[in-house]
Amino acid sequence: MRSVLYVMTALTVIGLAFWAYHENYETQEAIEKTAKLQSEIGAARVRLSVLRAEWAYLNRPDRLRDLAELNFDRLGLLPLRPRHFGNVDQVAFPAPVFDDFAPITNSVVTSSQGAEQEQEP
Amino acid sequence: MIRTPLRPLARILDARQKGENPDAIERENLRLRHEEIRDRLRLRAEQRLLLLGIMYFCAFLVIAVRMGGLAASEATEPRAATNGASIIGQRADIVDRRGRILATNMEVYSLYAHPQQMIDPLRAAEELGKIFPEIDVADLKKRFTSERKFMWIRKKLSPEQKQAVHDIGEPGLLFGPREMRLYPNGAVAAHVLGGYGFGREGVHSAEVLGTAGIEKFEDKLLRDPAREGAPLELSIDLTLQAAAEKVLYGGMKIMGAKGATAILMDASNGEILSLASLPDFDPNDRPLPALGDDPSISPLFNRAVQGVYELGSTFKIFAAAQAMDLGIVGPDSMVDIRGPLTWGRFRIRDFNNYGKELSVTKVIVKSSNIGTARLAQKIGTPRQQDFLKRLGFFDVTPVELQEAKHAKPLLPPNWSELSTMTISYGHGLSVSPLHLATAYAAVANGGRMVAPTLLRQTGPKLGDRVMSESAAAAARAMLRLVVSHKEGTASFGEVKGYAVGGKTGTADKPKPKGGYYKDKVIATFASIFPIHDPKYVLVVTLDEPEIHAAGELRRTAGWTAVPVAAEMIERLAPLLGLRPTIEPETLAGITLTSQ
Repeated sequence: MRSVLYVMTALTVIGLAFWAYHENYETQEAIEKTAKLQSEIGAARVRLSVLRAEWAYLNRPDRLRDLAELNFDRLGLLPLRPRHFGNVDQVAFPAPVFDDFAPITNSVVTSSQGAEQEQEP
Repeated sequence: MIRTPLRPLARILDARQKGENPDAIERENLRLRHEEIRDRLRLRAEQRLLLLGIMYFCAFLVIAVRMGGLAASEATEPRAATNGASIIGQRADIVDRRGRILATNMEVYSLYAHPQQMIDPLRAAEELGKIFPEIDVADLKKRFTSERKFMWIRKKLSPEQKQAVHDIGEPGLLFGPREMRLYPNGAVAAHVLGGYGFGREGVHSAEVLGTAGIEKFEDKLLRDPAREGAPLELSIDLTLQAAAEKVLYGGMKIMGAKGATAILMDASNGEILSLASLPDFDPNDRPLPALGDDPSISPLFNRAVQGVYELGSTFKIFAAAQAMDLGIVGPDSMVDIRGPLTWGRFRIRDFNNYGKELSVTKVIVKSSNIGTARLAQKIGTPRQQDFLKRLGFFDVTPVELQEAKHAKPLLPPNWSELSTMTISYGHGLSVSPLHLATAYAAVANGGRMVAPTLLRQTGPKLGDRVMSESAAAAARAMLRLVVSHKEGTASFGEVKGYAVGGKTGTADKPKPKGGYYKDKVIATFASIFPIHDPKYVLVVTLDEPEIHAAGELRRTAGWTAVPVAAEMIERLAPLLGLRPTIEPETLAGITLTSQ
């Protein structure tokens, strides 16, 4: 009976030791993975900041102004002036598309004659 | 275990027959048994000792191996956990109010040398001279062959330069990573941003420090790791800033001015939307500070906040507003303007003779020095001082620029009644254009002070009341007439649809040794638009403008600063999202009843 207890204890210790080692190695692996990811994030961040800087550099106002002037023939871009403000009804919206060959199924009275009298009451 | 009896009966009987002593058998057996027990115990003890010895050996072996390992390997911090949020040690970016980058960081390399590791120092020096033409090769050769162990060669290298240096193949030339500051927009907003320099420099990194402008003022904030790299949002709008600089540059060239500045401010919270000062510089390659007495020659000089000037007649509206606020006069009260007004030996004259008397409105519209001086006399020195102090003319501006801290307004050492009179029309008190813009913002927003700021604000931020709402409204009506009335000094400032109101100011430049130049002026136009719904304040100042117009050489602000400001409003107002509107009739109702 006693020896069974000893054996059981020994087995438990071995089992726990194995578990602890396993956990330890898993943790190490996770830490290594995190470190790798961190460095990847760092590299990506550096790349991103370089790209942002390049974007800002390419979109600097001086360059855009020069490009607008160089390509005036094609783009016709001018500095915004007060006279460029307009109303919505001045905008040339594309004409609505009608299906010319569709048969008229429900006709509508288009004349405005007598319309006012109808609305009055 | 079978125990052998000590007195086995067979042997005892046998011994008795032979007449021997049976006790001898017992003793013999006892001796054998004791020997057997002794041997067993010794063996067990020996085994235990051996086991103990092995265990000790193993324990010491483990310790020895661990110690050896620790001694031989690189030291690393023990790590039980990994940090979640990463700390960003970079200097924070600076962005404009719409998030466009004004300043950011770039990773580059520095170049340094270990001359004792060099194989062919002379060739290395010559090759470096080919890559960097500005390097003095002879000096470099001397330094490479000296006893020095370490020297910097270049603080920043472009990737191409780095490759070229790498191709020299000299092991004594080494690269160190470091960060540099990049201003992608070049000279746009140069005076706001300032510049940067390196602080403590190491081989592996270097401190990036702000040296001027907002980079220096907010240095701590920009370097604070707790912000996790959140960018610093400015109130500046890059589009407005670039357009303002472009228009101002054109205006400066046409007017033959040697310098110019323009400030566009939101009147409701003091946000500076654009702050231009010309000539400017490229903050990526910041020039050295000017030597000599006059810092204003240098392009580094920020005229908007550093330059304190007597801003002339633009001050007149403050005298008029205060007089109306105190109830001394109304817009239509008549003021005696017979000149010259003498005070001791000093005479105050007007630019033209405007007759005997004018209404307060007309005094402002025609910019009469005598009329304003009379108003100031009625206000009195203590009340004028108090009013100007509340408008912020006695202290440095709280704007977030390092230069502003040192630009203290110049007050008269002895504030006599004469000072009161001259200051009422802008002579004898020197302030920066930003001071003026802030005070005009108070007129624009209905009489509340604002703190000028370069940081983005949310919503209105109105401070203490400096004048009543009605006085501010009356002052605005006068400013509108300065522009809209045919006799106004700023009639060129009319921009259709934007109802500009403002006041011109032309002040003679003071000589460094006392007295004033006859042919050098500072021309200023301080404006508010749209006047019926005041939102923005624009101050344009030209340094020494001159233009041939309508047959004569003209220097007054009405001919110089005003057209530039008008062009600027025409360009900037649409960018601010302001639609041209028809001015309401109510303002037109305040007509000139005099004359």
